[in-house]
Amino acid sequence: MAEEKTPNSRPIIDVRGVWKRFGSAEVLKGIDLQIKKSEVTCIIGPSGSGKSTLLRCIAFLEEYSEGEIYIEGELLGFSLENGGRRRVSDAEVDRVRRNVGFVFQQFNLWPHMSALENVAMPLKLSRGMAREEAARRARAMLEKVGLGHRAQAYPSQLSGGQQQRVGIARALAMEPHIMLFDEPTSALDPELVGEVLQVMRDLASEGMTMAVVTHEMGFAAQVADTVMFIDHGIIAASGSPNEVFRENANPRLRQFLQNYFERNVFWQGSEGAAAP
Amino acid sequence: MSFNLAILTDNWRELLDGMVLTVLIWVAGTVLGLAIGLMVAVVQLLTNRWIAAPLNVYVAVMRGTPFLIQLFIIYYGGPFFGLDLTPMVAGVAGLALYGGAYFSEIFRAGFVSVPPGQIEAARMMGISRLAIVRHVQLPQMLVIILPALANMTVLLSKETAVLSVITVNELTSVVQSIGSTTFAFAETLLFLALVYWAFLEIVTAAARRLEKRVGRFMLRTQN
Repeated sequence: MAEEKTPNSRPIIDVRGVWKRFGSAEVLKGIDLQIKKSEVTCIIGPSGSGKSTLLRCIAFLEEYSEGEIYIEGELLGFSLENGGRRRVSDAEVDRVRRNVGFVFQQFNLWPHMSALENVAMPLKLSRGMAREEAARRARAMLEKVGLGHRAQAYPSQLSGGQQQRVGIARALAMEPHIMLFDEPTSALDPELVGEVLQVMRDLASEGMTMAVVTHEMGFAAQVADTVMFIDHGIIAASGSPNEVFRENANPRLRQFLQNYFERNVFWQGSEGAAAP
Repeated sequence: MSFNLAILTDNWRELLDGMVLTVLIWVAGTVLGLAIGLMVAVVQLLTNRWIAAPLNVYVAVMRGTPFLIQLFIIYYGGPFFGLDLTPMVAGVAGLALYGGAYFSEIFRAGFVSVPPGQIEAARMMGISRLAIVRHVQLPQMLVIILPALANMTVLLSKETAVLSVITVNELTSVVQSIGSTTFAFAETLLFLALVYWAFLEIVTAAARRLEKRVGRFMLRTQN
């Protein structure tokens, strides 16, 4: 408790006892987690485990059913009053998550705008930035993700990897304090995954706070400070990459990693290959 | 009695006045109808069902009853509700309300056509719902709904003829009176049909050009 008093150790994201139900289906069943400044947290788990739902709850793209989510100390989406909670206005939601950036699996660029306009429009509309200033910032962000030369291209003229980098530039332009990535490489052709992961690595090394839902175990192992394994709506394992990938004995986790390993191994050296 | 086009040239003044009035009613009704339709669709999109419910009733009533009856109710029934309108005002209002219901359904379909992920992305950037409608949804859906909007606009040009029953002196009414005094129905009605057909061609051509303009970003998709 003592460390919570100093502002630097206050978590950027603080999730307490969060449940999410869709009708009678319980997708999240009491999630507690904290993400501190400059930490990279990778969230792994089988599909349907609730990991994307958790990230979407943290962004308030889904309303969580129970519990509390604090962003830099402020309760997200609700106000607590005499024992109950009340949904706050959209404007209030926007204010609390103002410093949260989100990168989508399907990029979700606006197809009728060039890459530059995709990055510049939010700056104009929600930050009230003047046209020239927004364009300048947008160009700088596109250069940061290696796409300065494609600023005038429309999304349909860009590869999936390039589109996702525009998506990252668009989120970065808002100067977020934390970036949430929802399976950012899952919709990409395998040869395009690397360029997106490289941008994310660079971000992490600059000290950006990140939460990444991913199936890229290599990325998680190399970049994450914390890896969380979500299974059936609970955090079944959590710790450093070494702890989660090597030491944790949770049978579901071992099975998940084993499946992943088998799916991705295609050459096992001469001994393995020799066996029929 | 032979086919005599002199009937038209002899009465060119009345016919021109009627045509000008028809175009005025048509344009006013369409513009107002588009505004009503867009507002209804936006309110249905952005508010809860209790606010949307009366609008749903409005759309259902306008689509479910004949335009002729609606006009009668507005013009002849209006005074019973303290609504004493001139034939022209009642006619334009009727046309706008009638068209607005259909336009709102077209806009509604258009809003649904934009993938929700794009709206989520905009919301995450702190862009308001109304600004999303304006900057994300409308520009994209316009390409898709333009043919339907043009179609409804053409239908409204022909519905202006119904205003003759509430004594608005638009083109159909002028043609009927010329016909009934000269008995030259063939010439006058053929002329009338050609005028409405011309309206169709004008709207279609305009819609084509507009489609190319607003659809520029989509053409790029094909290369």
